[in-house]
This record gives sequence, C-alpha cells and structure tokens, in this order.
Amino acid sequence: MLEIISSVLLALGAFFSLTGAVGLFKFPDFFTRVHAASVTDSIATILIVLGLILRTEFDLVAVKLLFILIFMLLTSPTAAHALAKSARHGGLLTLAETRGGQKESKD
Amino acid sequence: MAEIIDLVLLAMLAITALSVIFLKDLFTVVMLFGIYSFLSALIFVNLDAVDVAFTEASVGAGISTVLMLGTLALTGRKEKANNHKAILPLLVVCVTGGALIYGTLDMPPFGDPNNPAQQHVAPRYIQDSPQEIGLPNMVTSVLASYRAFDTLGETAVVFAAAIGVLSLLGLPKQDRAAIQSGLQSHIVLRVVAKMIIPLIVLFALYVQFHGDYGPGGGFQAGVIAAAALILYALVFGLPMATHVVSPNLLKALAAIGVLIYAGTGVVSLFLSANFLDYNVLASDPVAGQHIGIIAIELGVGITVFAAMLSIFYAFAAQAERKNIQ
Repeated sequence: MLEIISSVLLALGAFFSLTGAVGLFKFPDFFTRVHAASVTDSIATILIVLGLILRTEFDLVAVKLLFILIFMLLTSPTAAHALAKSARHGGLLTLAETRGGQKESKD
Repeated sequence: MAEIIDLVLLAMLAITALSVIFLKDLFTVVMLFGIYSFLSALIFVNLDAVDVAFTEASVGAGISTVLMLGTLALTGRKEKANNHKAILPLLVVCVTGGALIYGTLDMPPFGDPNNPAQQHVAPRYIQDSPQEIGLPNMVTSVLASYRAFDTLGETAVVFAAAIGVLSLLGLPKQDRAAIQSGLQSHIVLRVVAKMIIPLIVLFALYVQFHGDYGPGGGFQAGVIAAAALILYALVFGLPMATHVVSPNLLKALAAIGVLIYAGTGVVSLFLSANFLDYNVLASDPVAGQHIGIIAIELGVGITVFAAMLSIFYAFAAQAERKNIQ
C-alpha cells in the first residue's frame, strides 16, 4: 500500500519537474521562466522526498530525508527570489511592461 | 537499468563538455562546469563511490564554481575572439588522442573481476581492514590509514595551492570602518542565510566526525565549512566575514592542519613505530587506529577549510579593489 502511494508521489513529482523544465523553455521572458522553474521545483521536491520517505523503514534515513526537504524548501525559493530581485534591480522589465512601453512610444 | 542511467549520464556529460568548448559566454561556461561536476557526482553514486561523489559535488560544483565566478568578476565574462586557424594543434590532438585510444586496447576489459585492480591490494583491504582498523567505512580506512602518506601529500598540495594564490593576490586587511556592505536590500537572503549558515557549519562538523562511519571526512567537511563562510561573505560583505574569521587566523590554521597531520606521524615515530603507523597510539592497536584517523582527518579538515576560505578571500578582495578603482 505504502509502495503504491510512494510510486504515485514520485511519479507526480517527476511530472511537476518536467512541467517546470517545459515552462523554462516555452515561457516568453525571464520572470515567467523563473516563476515556472521555482514553483514547480518546490512542489516536486515535496512530492519526491515524501515519496522517498514512504519507501524507507521510518528510521534515521527518513529523518535525513526530512532534513533535506527542509533545507531545499528554505533555499530553493530563496534562490529564485534572489535571482528575480537581482534581475529587477539590474533593470530588467517584465513582458507586460516592455509591451506597454512600446505601445506608449507608438502613440 | 543501471546501464541505461550510466549511458544517459555519460551522454549528458559529453553534451556539457562540448557546449563548454563552443560557448563564448564565460559565465555560462562556469555554470556548465558546475553541471558537469554534478553529473560526474551522479555517475560516482551510480558506481557506489559515495565518498568520491560527495567530494566531487562539494569541491567541483560548490567551491570551484564560486572561485571561477570570483575570477570572472576580475576578468570580464566574454571570451576574446580567436581568429587564427589551428590546424597544427588539431593534428597534434588527433594523433595523441588516437595513440591514447590505441593504448586502451591493451587495457584489461572494463569491469572484469580478474583485473589487476581487483586482484592486487583490494581483497586484502576488504578482508583485513575490519580486524586491523575496525571502521565501517572502508574508504576512510584506506584513505586515512593504509594510504596515509598519499593523503598527507594531498593535504600538502592543498596547502601549497593556498600559499601560491596568497603570494600572488594577497589577503584582505581587516577593515573595521567598511563593515556596512554586502547585499543590504536583500532582506530575504539575509534572513535565510542567517538561518542556514549555522546548519551548514553543523553539517560540516557531522561530516568531519562521522567520516569513520559514513561517507565524508576531512576534505568534504573542510569544503562545506568554507562554503558556509563564503555564503556569509557573499551576503553580508567581505569586511564582515574577515571580521568573523580573520585572514591571519586562516594563515595560521592552514599550517596548523598540516602540522597536526605530520605531527601524528612524528608521534608514532617517537613511539617506536613507522611514520603514520597509528597502532602504537593506544594500548589496543584498533583504538590507536581510531585515534590516529580522527587526528589526521581533523588536520585535513582544518587545512582544507583554511585554504579554500583564504583563496576565496584573496579573489574577493581583488574584486573589491577593482570596484573601488
């Protein structure tokens, strides 16, 4: 039973990772790409690590996996935030802003 | 199944290496080198060489990426255009490569249990190390006891590398006036860094002293501890970091680590045994081995930590000087 749940979780995690990768390629500008990568990354981490925990015998290995999960949940959104904020400070505009700017200049 | 994973990983390794050659943007190249190291680490895990994978991930993907980014901050991120045709070098490379491939034809078949590598000393380590050394992690037994001379050499190489970089670039001075620097506006980064840095240092200590029982040891622990302080320096500014761990302390620590290592060997000499023979360090040979291994791993950890951090200090100080000018 646990095996099945764990398989489902792992498959879902892999699926979300994949959607993140597709988003990274398909989305039009930097901010949407960071968004796609970071959001799916968080949910994929949760699902995959939970799936792996269900496959352990709930001993020290499970605790270590839990530590990894906490560490990833702290660092990965922070990295995405720092990336996006640095791009913003560096003067990168979102897609909506660049399009709006173009329209104004045409008018 | 393992073969498919190996093939995919090796193919990705080849693709990464090729894109490193053809890309002109050095920033991307540095990032690809990090990916390359992670891929090699995955291959090592697949080969059950967890200790090597650990080292590759922490040194190759962690510290060297940071150091190369520090170099890019000094040199600029575009590769200079190279117009001359390189026919002769291509010829030399092709001939050498062909000779090397021809040489591999004489090598014993890959993965054969009758290979000299599997027949020579490996069975002895596997059979006798539980009685002679008694550590669950056989890699640590080989690295720190049977091959202690080699590891002393490696530690000395790390120490020499730090000396080389420091004599070229020089360490930053401790500057109390310029403490307000770093990423002031990145509040999220500062808070998360404050939460994570103690955990990283704790993990480094765990890796250091748990290396006898699981993957890890002095090299990995030193690099992880250095990474914690590099993160501190990146987020809170180099002056603040030099305030916490002063450059002069690092100079002393780098030497002290090698001294602890070689000193352990000298102690065993004085107890009328061979250099780095830990059997005589305690009345029971196995207990003596444990004491010796913990001592030299500590020496390795201290030297690697001090060397990595002082190299980072040297690069970062150079970049700050360049920004000021």
